[in-house]
Order: sequence, then structure tokens, then C-alpha cells
Amino acid sequence: MRFVNLLKIALRALNNNKLRCFLTMLGIIIGVASVITMLAIGQGSKNSIKAQISEMGSNMLMIFPGSGQRGGVRQSADDMQTLKVEDYEVIRDNAKFVSAISPQVSSAGQFVNGNNNYPSQLSGITPDYLNIRKLNVDEGEMFSDHDIATAAKVCVVGRTVVNELFPNGENPLGKVIRFNKIPLTIVGVLEEKGTNSMGQDQDDVVLAPYTTVMKRVLAIDYIQGLFASALNENLSDEASDEITQLLRANHKLKDEAEDDFQIRSQQELSEMMSSTSDMMTVLLACIAGISLLVGGIGIMNIMYVSVTERTREIGLRMAIGARGIDILSQFLIEAIIISVTGGIIGILVGVLASWLVNVIMQWPVYIQAYSVLLSFVVCTVTGVFFGWYPARKAANLDPIEAIRYE
Amino acid sequence: MSERDIIVIDRIRRNFVVGDETVKALRGVSFRIKEGEFVTIMGTSGSGKSTLLNILGCLDTPTSGEYLLDGISVQKMSKNQRAIVRNRKIGFVFQNYNLLPKTTSLDNVELPLLYNSAFNAKERRERAIKALDAVGLHERLYHKSNQMSGGQQQRVAIARALVNDPVIILADEATGNLDTRTSFSILTLFQELHARGRTIIFVTHNPELADYSSRNIVLRDGKIVSDTINEHPASAKTAYDALPKEND
Ligand SMILES: Nc1ncnc2c1ncn2[C@@H]1O[C@H](COP(=O)(O)OP(=O)(O)OP(=O)(O)O)[C@@H](O)[C@H]1O
Ligand SMILES: [Mg+2]
Repeated sequence: MRFVNLLKIALRALNNNKLRCFLTMLGIIIGVASVITMLAIGQGSKNSIKAQISEMGSNMLMIFPGSGQRGGVRQSADDMQTLKVEDYEVIRDNAKFVSAISPQVSSAGQFVNGNNNYPSQLSGITPDYLNIRKLNVDEGEMFSDHDIATAAKVCVVGRTVVNELFPNGENPLGKVIRFNKIPLTIVGVLEEKGTNSMGQDQDDVVLAPYTTVMKRVLAIDYIQGLFASALNENLSDEASDEITQLLRANHKLKDEAEDDFQIRSQQELSEMMSSTSDMMTVLLACIAGISLLVGGIGIMNIMYVSVTERTREIGLRMAIGARGIDILSQFLIEAIIISVTGGIIGILVGVLASWLVNVIMQWPVYIQAYSVLLSFVVCTVTGVFFGWYPARKAANLDPIEAIRYE
Repeated sequence: MSERDIIVIDRIRRNFVVGDETVKALRGVSFRIKEGEFVTIMGTSGSGKSTLLNILGCLDTPTSGEYLLDGISVQKMSKNQRAIVRNRKIGFVFQNYNLLPKTTSLDNVELPLLYNSAFNAKERRERAIKALDAVGLHERLYHKSNQMSGGQQQRVAIARALVNDPVIILADEATGNLDTRTSFSILTLFQELHARGRTIIFVTHNPELADYSSRNIVLRDGKIVSDTINEHPASAKTAYDALPKEND
């Protein structure tokens, strides 16, 4: 009963000061909405990076030639030729923690089909590469180990390359395209993967047996890298150690010599990327937190002014029988109503803004329940806290002094 | 008029400390007021009328002296208890009305009852309408305070003072801001309330008004200089009717 009356009093007081009320709310709305939107953008990009990485195979290892210890200094051509086909065979035949491995050599150049030209990259690999990179052949089939043994002039192409070279929608299977005058017969088309989060077109690929690329295209006797899969995500460190042992033995490196190759695990990469995006999220959260704080100060400011402005009203209420606690409750209820309403509107605006960011800017967003809860709680607490201080000041006023206040 | 003392004050003093100086606004005021009296308090500006009335209204406390309201010592009450006394036993009318702005007459009059949980919404409304009826404002229930004349606003303020059925009504220069004609209509209203048995204490500058009350106390420099009973108060209604109409 008492509370209902106080609620009624507070609502009437708010109703008499709509503009002031709205301005106070505006601070909270902006604060809450920006926290939600910023965190949604941060979390969205983090999620998409994560999804991307697991899509690429989170147990993937990449082995590159060269020691990589020399920082930015460019390494000599010899240093970059330390990986050989035998290294591939040793790992393939001996490594227990490696489930799949493929050498990799590539060459950039122009692909030609009649009048259609398209610049892309030819990658020489083994069929295992599909498992490692989580690729699938959609039409036709992958080339075989026999094709590798014979350095057959065949290839498997991505959808983008197909669209560029066969603009009229002909069936590419069995067709011959040229790369640096070398004819390659298309035996398969890869399933479409789309663009990754870094904007790369994952369908812009042409795969051929690595032997074909080494002998017929590049005429080299070394390989440019190796792609491998650890048995599972948790074994990628073991796999990486094992590969290091095998390669060092195979390269006959002395104990004190440094590795002449480097291994990058997808895990490392993923940690690096998620730490970057974590940093971004923290940064965004800071900005949002500041705007929430500014909102809180806005509430305090307006509450404070309103107590001063309404000193006579407070004096009158006390003169006709309001107790200190009634005045305190009234101002607190006003603060709670303003901050809760502002908080709810802020949540709606934040969700809407996140959605607009997603639709208009094409950025990935993800709204977490905790960010909604957090910003709501923070704004309500700031509202109530900053409302409480001037409310207490009002409650302690002497009625006769308050009513005389000019 | 009953013989029960509703207000007993004994050697009330009130000092205000302003900087290094002490202003002695009341220097030992004593009197008794019986239930059903209509008392006017007069005196020059600065004589301590408002200070006295604020103490009687439990808005302020004396520096020393004893104040018994309805037999209970006000000094011994806590701040909250005094708030409850103001809410239940006292109706205070201010010189400058002190209505809530942008608020209807009805809501203004209901206000004291909102701080009293004994009344529900329906009872509040009924009592507020009754109080506004009593001051002749039954046609202005939903007018906002800023849409009314000074006289009307003062009537709303009086209705607000009546709504909690107080033991005493205290008015501090209730007619000070009003023209003669409106002043007399307000005075008529107070006489009617008095006729219905209310105890009224009415502070005023205007010496003429002493004729219309049953007792007149004059203050000077914080002391009582005269305290006279008026056996035959004049009728404010007659005086009001005698006033020229074109002032309206
Ligand atoms: N809050 C206060 N602080 C300091 N001095 C005060 C205060 N209130 C009143 N006084 C002083 O006490 C004295 C009496 O003031 P009070 O307001 O009671 O006079 P009054 O008789 O009501 O005068 P008026 O007819 O002008 O309203 C004055 O000298 C005044 O300056
Ligand atoms: Mg005065």
C-alpha cells in the first residue's frame, strides 16, 4: 500500500518532467546500446575467425623451409630449398602422430581456355591435401596416386576458376585448359567454400599432382612446403615434435645446429588471431564502458539538479507529512524507473544497431546474453547509485529550509 | 467551544545563528489555545509570527521551552513522528500556496493522504472532492495549479489543509497575496470552518482582520504584547457582500 502510493507519487513526478526524464534516459540508452553493439561486433568477429579456423582444420600443421630465425632479413635461395620429396616420404612413412601429409609446390600464372584467360595459382599436392584442408570434390573425382607417380597432366579446379574459364556454363569435366602452355585435363571440380573472413576467395584454386608442378611447370627438385594433419587437435604439439625429429635426422643436423625448417600449427595461428580479436573486444568494451559511465554521470547530474530544482517541492511534501524515507524512496523509485526503462530501450536499440551493422556493413555480429545482462545491470546500478546520492540529500533536508529555498 | 487545551506553549524561545550573530526571533512566548478557537496572530514584520507558526505546525523546533500539541510533547518526538503529526493533525496553509506545479487540484489535495497508508485510492478521491467542495471549487477538480487565479490556488491550498481532517488549521498570511474581495471570501471560508468546530490560527499583517476572529494575539520583537478575546467577531460574509462588486 505504502509502496503503491510512493510509486504513484514517483510516476506523477516523472510525468511532470517528461523532457528531463527523457534526457536522463538518453544517456543510459546510448550507454547500454553501445556496450551491446560493441561487444556483439567483437564477439562476432571472434566467432567467425574461430569458425574459419576450424573449417580449415584445427589440427593442421604447416612446414616451411628456412630457419625463420633471422627476423625480417630475407633468406638466400639455398635456405629456401631445404625441403625435399624424401622429407615428405620420411614423415609419411614414419610419423605416428600424423594422419595425413602432402607436399606443396605452387606457381602463379595465367590459365587459358580458348579465348578465356584467368590469372590464378596452380598448387601441386597429393590427394591427402583434401583431408588436411577439408576440401571435397563435387563433380568428377580427385586425381589418383597413379597420376602422381606418372606426373599426369590433370587438375582439379575450384568453382571461381570454372566460372571464369567456362563463362557459358559448359561442363568443365574432361576439358583441357592450359597453364604456361602446359595442357591440363580437368578431372574434378571442388565443392564451393566461399570467401573466408579475411576476404580470400577459397574457390580460386587449381590443384594438380605435385610431381607435375615440380617437373613440368617449375623444373625444381625441392618442395616449397608441407601440409600435415595431426591425429587430433590435442596431439598437434606431439606431431610437431615428431616431425622436427624426423626432419632433423633426415637433414643430418648436428645437435647445436638450428632447424632449417619451421613448423606452424593451426592452433598457434588460431591463438594468435583470437588474442588479436580479444584485444579488439576489450578495446571496444572500454569505449562502451566509458559511454556507460558518461551515461551514469548524466543521471547523477540530472538527479542532482532535479533535487536542487525541486527543493521547494520536497519541502512542501515534508510539510504535509512526508518522512525522510518517503522522499528518499520517491527519488530512488524515480531513478530506478528511469534507469530500468532506459536500460530496456537501450537493449532494444543495441540489438537493432547490431542487426543493422550486420545487414548494412556485412560484419559478423553475435549478441551474447551476458553482454545484455552486464550492460543492463551496470546501467541500473549506476542509475540507482547516482540517483541515491541526491535522493539522500533531499531526504535530509529540513522542511522549513527546503520550503523557503529560492 | 470546549474547554480542552489543544495547544499549550510555555516560554518558547527560538534563536537563529547567522554567522557570529544570534537572532532571537522568539523570546519566551507562552499561551494556551482551546479547541474551537479562531486566533489571529499579528505584529510588525520581523516580530516572529512565521517563526511561531512554524513551531506550532511542527515544521520547526524551539530552541527552548515546552510545546504540548493535543497533550503530547512535540520536543520528545522524533523527526518521523513529527512528520506523522503534520500529516494527521495539522493543516498548514502557506502564504504563497505551495501547490505542486502542473498538477490538478484533485491531485494536489489528495497529496497528504498519499502519505497516509490508512486511505485507499477511492477514499482519497472522495475526501479530496469533499474538501474541494467545502472551499467552493467543485467545478475546478481537474484544473492544473497554473491554470487558476491566486484566490483559487489559495482555496486549493486550504482544501489540501482540510483533507486530512486536522485538529488545527494554521495559516501564514493566507490572504497576503490576494485582493480585498478575494481576501474576504477566504476569510468567510475560515469563519465557516470555525463555525463547524475547527481550531484555526491565522497569521496576518492586516490589523482589520482582528475583528473577525475570536481571539487576537499581538507579537513584538518575539514577545506577546497583547492577547485579547473578542466575544463578538464580525461576520466576514457581511463585509464581503458589502464590498463593491466591480472589483471582481
Ligand atoms: N531561518 C532563519 N535564519 C535566520 N534568521 C531568521 C530565520 N527565520 C527568521 N529569522 C529571523 O527571525 C525574525 C522573525 O522572523 P519571522 O519570519 O518570524 O517574522 P514575521 O513576523 O513572520 O515577519 P513577516 O511579517 O515579514 O513575515 C526575523 O528577524 C528574521 O530575520
Ligand atoms: Mg512571516
